[in-house]
Amino acid sequence: MLITFRLNGIPRRMDVDESMSLLWVIRDVLDLKGTKFGCGKAACGACTLLVDGQAVRSCSYPVKLAAGKEVTTIEGLSDGEILHPVQQAWVEEVVPQCGYCQPGFMMATVALLDQHPQPTDDDIDKSIVNICRCGTYYRMRRAIHRAAEIMSQSEKRNNL
Amino acid sequence: MREERNKRGLTRRKFLVGSAVGVGVILGVGYLSRSMIRRYLAGIANTIELPYQGDTDSPSIWFEVLADNRVILHSPKVEMGQGTFTGLAQMAADELEVEMSQMVVVHAATSTGNIDPFATGGSNSISSLWIPLRELAATMREMLRGEAAKMLGVDPANLSIRSGRFLGGGRQITYGDVVSSVEEWHVPETPPLKVTADFNYIGKPVPRIDLRDKVMGMRMFGMDSIMEDMLYGAVARPVHIGARFVSVDTSIAENMPEVVRVVVEKDFAGVIAKSRVAAHQAKEALVVEWEYDDNWQTEAIEKMIRVGQGNPVEIQKDGNPEKLLSSGENIITREYTSPIGAHAQLEPNGAVALVSEEGAVIMISTQVVAITRKEIAQRLGMSEDQVNVIPTYLGGGFGRRLHTPNAVQAAVLSKAVGRPVKCFFDRKEEFQNDTFRPPTHHVLKARLDDEGRILAMEHQLSSGDVMFGSPMFPRIATPLLGADAGVWRGGMIQYGAIPNHRAVCWRVKLPFATSWWRSLGLLANTFAIECFMDELALKTGKDPAEFRLAHIEDNERGTRLKEVIRTVVEKSQYRDDILPNGRAMGLAASTDANTPCAQVVEVSLQDKEIKVHKVTCVIDPGLVINPDQVRAQCEGAIIMGLSAALYEKMEVRDSQLTPTIYGPYRMAMMRDAPREIDVVILQNDDQPGAVGEPPLGPIGAAIANALFRLTGERQRAMPVMA
Repeated sequence: MLITFRLNGIPRRMDVDESMSLLWVIRDVLDLKGTKFGCGKAACGACTLLVDGQAVRSCSYPVKLAAGKEVTTIEGLSDGEILHPVQQAWVEEVVPQCGYCQPGFMMATVALLDQHPQPTDDDIDKSIVNICRCGTYYRMRRAIHRAAEIMSQSEKRNNL
Repeated sequence: MREERNKRGLTRRKFLVGSAVGVGVILGVGYLSRSMIRRYLAGIANTIELPYQGDTDSPSIWFEVLADNRVILHSPKVEMGQGTFTGLAQMAADELEVEMSQMVVVHAATSTGNIDPFATGGSNSISSLWIPLRELAATMREMLRGEAAKMLGVDPANLSIRSGRFLGGGRQITYGDVVSSVEEWHVPETPPLKVTADFNYIGKPVPRIDLRDKVMGMRMFGMDSIMEDMLYGAVARPVHIGARFVSVDTSIAENMPEVVRVVVEKDFAGVIAKSRVAAHQAKEALVVEWEYDDNWQTEAIEKMIRVGQGNPVEIQKDGNPEKLLSSGENIITREYTSPIGAHAQLEPNGAVALVSEEGAVIMISTQVVAITRKEIAQRLGMSEDQVNVIPTYLGGGFGRRLHTPNAVQAAVLSKAVGRPVKCFFDRKEEFQNDTFRPPTHHVLKARLDDEGRILAMEHQLSSGDVMFGSPMFPRIATPLLGADAGVWRGGMIQYGAIPNHRAVCWRVKLPFATSWWRSLGLLANTFAIECFMDELALKTGKDPAEFRLAHIEDNERGTRLKEVIRTVVEKSQYRDDILPNGRAMGLAASTDANTPCAQVVEVSLQDKEIKVHKVTCVIDPGLVINPDQVRAQCEGAIIMGLSAALYEKMEVRDSQLTPTIYGPYRMAMMRDAPREIDVVILQNDDQPGAVGEPPLGPIGAAIANALFRLTGERQRAMPVMA
């Protein structure tokens, strides 16, 4: 099946088996490895990325649904070497341990902050439902609040 | 002062070797003294840290100086999240006299020769390399100094160092420049090491060196590995416990699209295809005949794991507890249990392998680089030198990667097609073929005197294996130790002031694989012992902290344990009654690998679910290399332990381990994590100790103890339910 979508701002056209999930197209066909495989059943969130700004568990998202859409992965979050506020907050709070699940959490956080620019702890509990075995949730919560702060500060600067 | 410190460190290492030899001699005495020797061995194993077993004499295989004046540390220890790379870089940078920004840490491929013959695990990566790595770095620095002095024509003693540059006689030269012009190195005597006051990085909360790569989503894990012209493999794995591969019908799989080859070996069958999806689909189409017993159920497993069944081995004994506990007044007996636990690390197991006539190259997340290499070499009939294992960052270890038979399978598949093959588990295979934390059963018994002091206490525990059967240990370890050192981790009674006490371990061989799960027996043993201590304190009407303190010895170990308990009471403002906000507090403490840790939790019930709001954790791991990463390890261990104590449980149904997916295998999520974790670090030793596992000890018992104060009901089984 011929399919076209934008990946991190760049149009990509490829011939793939239509039974494939978006995850394996991104990891194995397009060779971007930041989006992780955890369970293959949308249960852990390691494969979370954005499709038209919505958080999607790409292991269970058929690639054909991405046709014509904008797909954003962890690799597309930073502006070159300039980190996205969510990545910046993750660095400031020294969140990752093994780091494997972290891109999924960061992508879910980007989507959360889009909906709730100043999320409460309850908002975080409801929206961030990925799994981290190292147990970095405590720092992640702080980083999510910190990212909200960085984003609101930069918005204020932009409005001046 | 400086020399004395070094001497002391070295003396301690020599002493350990000496006592091990002594034990070997005593063993010849005969059967009668065997239990005493076993207790002695167990006591040693309980308190020492294993010295590092790999190379500690060759700076050239540890360090590589680049022309741009950065220094690469080829680490034989792997990075699985525990922050070891950062700690090792801090230790090396201090002796090398370079900035942290000049340090690069990579996993040492086995071809470098810098191989840890044992494993990354047991919370000893930092402590076991504390002296050797700094000595290597200091030696490297002096090698560079000697050559720099020749080049600059000055006395080595007159060279000062700043950020990897030698300055002297009005000139300067970088390490990079020195290295590029030296052909033969002179290795000097090991120079003295820095003293605490001179540390630049040791003891500082420097950021993790892998932080930026990890937030950028860089290619760094085993599953991210690729090789040119690579194919994808999948192996048919059993769904029933104890299943033995008999035969396979490959006819359907062979004719599926994109399938390149079906491989049938004596012990497994696998497929090789052009994509992962095709490989896993074809694997499902293999019709495998397995030989197994399909009648195993959880209830049968639970019946096996009972104190009193199998072979008992006494691992600790003081006084005459049997006599005092056999009959009389004021004897209290309680039973506790813990379930089968899964590792559930997020990155599945697997490897990328390329096998050719010349040799094999394997990229893999492994905690046992040397064993991975040895097993591949054996299977392929190669020498170990022909096999290059390239370790990657691990997407979680937790003990799951202390054996890697999957690497052998990937190598066999690659050999069959002469091309690189990437072969990884799917999640169901991970859950069904995990090497689980064994279920346990504990019987605690104590006799109180008229003043409410414990006169005698006994901990008997039954468990599946942890260490026994592991490829990390020779088979001789089983008869020698008698009891599995992983099983009884944390199982000895740490209250040495109880005049009569003992611990007994019952071994049960289970029909499925059990092994190392972060902190091994510590979580379950501490759950049992510390719940029991709480029950005894309540029975005698004493404050639970005071009750514990009264039963701890006044030796070095006891003093440190007392201090973490006193500090946690003070910091948490522990109280025995319900707080005004409706929460209750619970206290527990443990000592693991010489690191004492005490925790107090604040718990409430919300919609009948146990909610842990706050954890205060006081730990004394000795000298701390990176306080921020010690905090991170405590936070992570607390959440992992909380997850196991409150939610996690594997069942056996018709010989299948279940569940096989996250969700049904319930684990702590964001909403379950305490919103406050206060970690207090004490440093009552001048050497670094264990950090990664000890803080997993107290959490389960602390929660159960708080829950009792909240509800008046005592929960003695993990997972703890309200």
